Amino acid sequence: MSDTHGKDVSTIDAHSDAPLYPLPPHHHRLTDTDPRAARRAERQVAAMFALSALCIVAFVVGYVAIPTTSFIDLGPIGVLQTSNLVLGTTFGLAILLIGLGAIQWAKKLMADEEIVDERHPVGSPVEDQEAAAELFATGVAESGFVERTIIRRTLIAALALFPVPLIVFLKDMGPLPGTSLRTTIWKKNSRIVVDVTGQKLRPEDLAIGTLVSASPEDLDKVQEETGTQNARAKASIILVRMRPDEIKSQQGDGWDVQGILAFSKICTHVGCPIALYQQRQHSLLCPCHQSTFDLSDSGKVIFGPAARRMPQLPITVDSEGYLVAQSDFQEPVGPSFWERG
Amino acid sequence: MSVIVKEASKALSRADERAPISSLAKANLRKVFPDHWSFMLGEIALYSFLILLLTGVYLTIWFKPSMTEVIYHGSYAPLEGISMSEAYSSALKISFDVRGGLLIRQIHHWAALFFMAAMIVHMFRIFFTGAFRKPREINWVIGGSMIIIGLLEGFAGYSLPDDLLSGVGVRIVAGIVESIPVIGTYLMFFIFGGEFPGNDFIPRLYTFHVLLVPGILLALVGLHLVLVFYHKHTQYPGPGRTNTNVVGFPLFPVYTAKAGGFFFVVFGVTTLIAAFVTINPIWAYGPYVPDQVTAGSQPDWYIGFLDGMLRAFPPLESTIWGHTISWNVFVPAAVMPGILLGALLAYPFIEAWVTGDRGEHHLLDRPRNAATRTALGTMTISFYGILVINGANDIIAQAFSIPFNNITWFTRVAVFVVPPLVFLATRRLCLGLQRRDRDLLLHGRESGQILRLPHGEFIEIHTPISDEERAVIRSKVDIPALEAPSAADENGVATPGYKALRRRAKFSRLFYGDNVASPTAAEIAAAEHHAHELHDHEVDELHEAGKDAPAQLTD
Repeated sequence: MSDTHGKDVSTIDAHSDAPLYPLPPHHHRLTDTDPRAARRAERQVAAMFALSALCIVAFVVGYVAIPTTSFIDLGPIGVLQTSNLVLGTTFGLAILLIGLGAIQWAKKLMADEEIVDERHPVGSPVEDQEAAAELFATGVAESGFVERTIIRRTLIAALALFPVPLIVFLKDMGPLPGTSLRTTIWKKNSRIVVDVTGQKLRPEDLAIGTLVSASPEDLDKVQEETGTQNARAKASIILVRMRPDEIKSQQGDGWDVQGILAFSKICTHVGCPIALYQQRQHSLLCPCHQSTFDLSDSGKVIFGPAARRMPQLPITVDSEGYLVAQSDFQEPVGPSFWERG
Repeated sequence: MSVIVKEASKALSRADERAPISSLAKANLRKVFPDHWSFMLGEIALYSFLILLLTGVYLTIWFKPSMTEVIYHGSYAPLEGISMSEAYSSALKISFDVRGGLLIRQIHHWAALFFMAAMIVHMFRIFFTGAFRKPREINWVIGGSMIIIGLLEGFAGYSLPDDLLSGVGVRIVAGIVESIPVIGTYLMFFIFGGEFPGNDFIPRLYTFHVLLVPGILLALVGLHLVLVFYHKHTQYPGPGRTNTNVVGFPLFPVYTAKAGGFFFVVFGVTTLIAAFVTINPIWAYGPYVPDQVTAGSQPDWYIGFLDGMLRAFPPLESTIWGHTISWNVFVPAAVMPGILLGALLAYPFIEAWVTGDRGEHHLLDRPRNAATRTALGTMTISFYGILVINGANDIIAQAFSIPFNNITWFTRVAVFVVPPLVFLATRRLCLGLQRRDRDLLLHGRESGQILRLPHGEFIEIHTPISDEERAVIRSKVDIPALEAPSAADENGVATPGYKALRRRAKFSRLFYGDNVASPTAAEIAAAEHHAHELHDHEVDELHEAGKDAPAQLTD
């Protein structure tokens, strides 16, 4: 950083070599003057080292004797794995005592007179700098790097391109997104089943004010075929039932069944699954970043960082009276992405 | 000569026939390090890192970085028969079927928390004392990089067990990556090997966590230490301490015992905490399932400020020419951390440019003497603190029964209002302390003793301060604010880079313009002379007044 203006502040060094005030005289410790105190300190240090060794013995005994399946209730501290407690205490104390012993030794018994070192200048001496520059210039001249322009330029080109394969190799880290983020496994007549239990649902199974997590009936099959949880990460929904007159608006005409609405469970902010339902306000709250959606009003955002409404799944009942999807979601679920539009 | 010393020097000379050990030992065994508690913060970070390497190796013995679904059959009964990833199952095995496994896991996790905390507090120590100034700028950049890399490493580490809590964290990161304009979706698919969550992420993260990042960190730690060693440690001002010396204790034996002992203390304390305080009880969260979540999800503390920023940002998103830009995710999660961390790394260079200071500094600044820098530091801490608080807004809302909406709104306003106020208050405080230092130097300390002179005048006795205090106060270096250049010289030739120089002068005035000038040596001498004179004068007057004892009022 060259500096053409202002004072040359590199001379700001008000501290000449001699200190303004000298180092204060050294005070001897009790252990320096009283041999009894020194012996006491010596015994303390030795006791800590000896105790450390004993702790290691206790550790080995604890390792052999205590199974990992035993637990101990320590009241306010909580229930702890006994083995964790005993091994941790013995091992921890063993190391701690070595440390404390060494520090006590240094503080009480080792020489404690401060010594002064002069600093050397950080940079190399000027002669060395000049010599280095000269050596470098000689090397450059001997190589012909400057005159042989064609070698220099082709070398630069080759070196510039050499990392390309390193990046190209990474291409097969994953497939291209394509349209996969726009679809889920929901399709016309996919049956809606309750999560975990797999129970099929009729409208009358849901009381007004309830919320259940649900998924398409064929989800488990798809997961088994693909061997991933990808389908679940997009297809998961929640069903809520409210009185039909409480519904202010929804994302499509006739997308509900007798006040039962289906929404994606994946937050449109950064994708957390949402399950906190405040029944009175019909609002759905994301536990990660507190985005809040009004399910009675097309799932629109009423608070928090999410910018996009919760996508609604159009549902109906099939010939057997079970809740099914009318189609897939009409917009991509989950967080926004560049190509989403 | 004792047997130990004789054997050691024999070993040394044998070694010396193969490498110049003696020269190294001669140069360094008695190398001096200054003593101060705040110099141990970096040590804590270093030792925590060593503990992490050591315990991490143990964990790799049993951990299986695989997302293949397995059915759990282990010692932890509540999860018996549950389908989960092999990663989670092996983490449970470490916790409940390997003796001492839980202890190692908990030491590893606690050490990670301490590693980050120690690095950040160490960084603030460096910042407030100006230890980052020339010639140590590169070490500041290395240190700052380690904090950023440590943050990523910590996140990767607690994501590996693939439990419900960490899985949600990974889902959030996937959402953040998706929000990056143009390349986000592709990047997400490359990282996860397709859609979220896929089956590739944990094994890839594992290599990142146990090989790539620790390797980089280890290299940076080594470089950091080499530079500390080469530059010699900075020291606080005091009697006998100058910019060209270093006063302290020798590496061998005092610091070998103290610093070596301190490693064992850090390791021991971390182990004892891991023995008594459960951390990251993955068994209580259950395996990760993409449609489940726990209420009150909290990242590890060092991620908290990012989460707080994400929670507070207003819901902004635009669609331009068929493309979506999620300002509400991209800005708080990628742009703002980038700016913050970039400013952090660039700070030594920015300050050097503003102050025009190109000198070598080995004597530490007292924070008050660099009022603007100190104010910038506390301002940053307040900004960071507000975000950390908002990162736990749901927990706070629950604990204090306040609507979380209010906390979020408070944050949205406070991040703009509080840091500037903190800046102004700190700067004032520092300038006030500078003024007080000047007073102490010139007039000494108010003794509280009021003396009535025989002719009725009241004076307060001031006691001069000690040489130790004088040495500390007089370490202040007055750096003049840079002057703006004239736009053109006398021949009418425009000054090159005039505008930049004028801007720089403005910043420089902001930085040093209000500093209280240190008393000159002449002023101090005059003050001392005056004090003596006053004293003599008093004595004379007392004599004249017939040796009456002065009336003393003591409070």
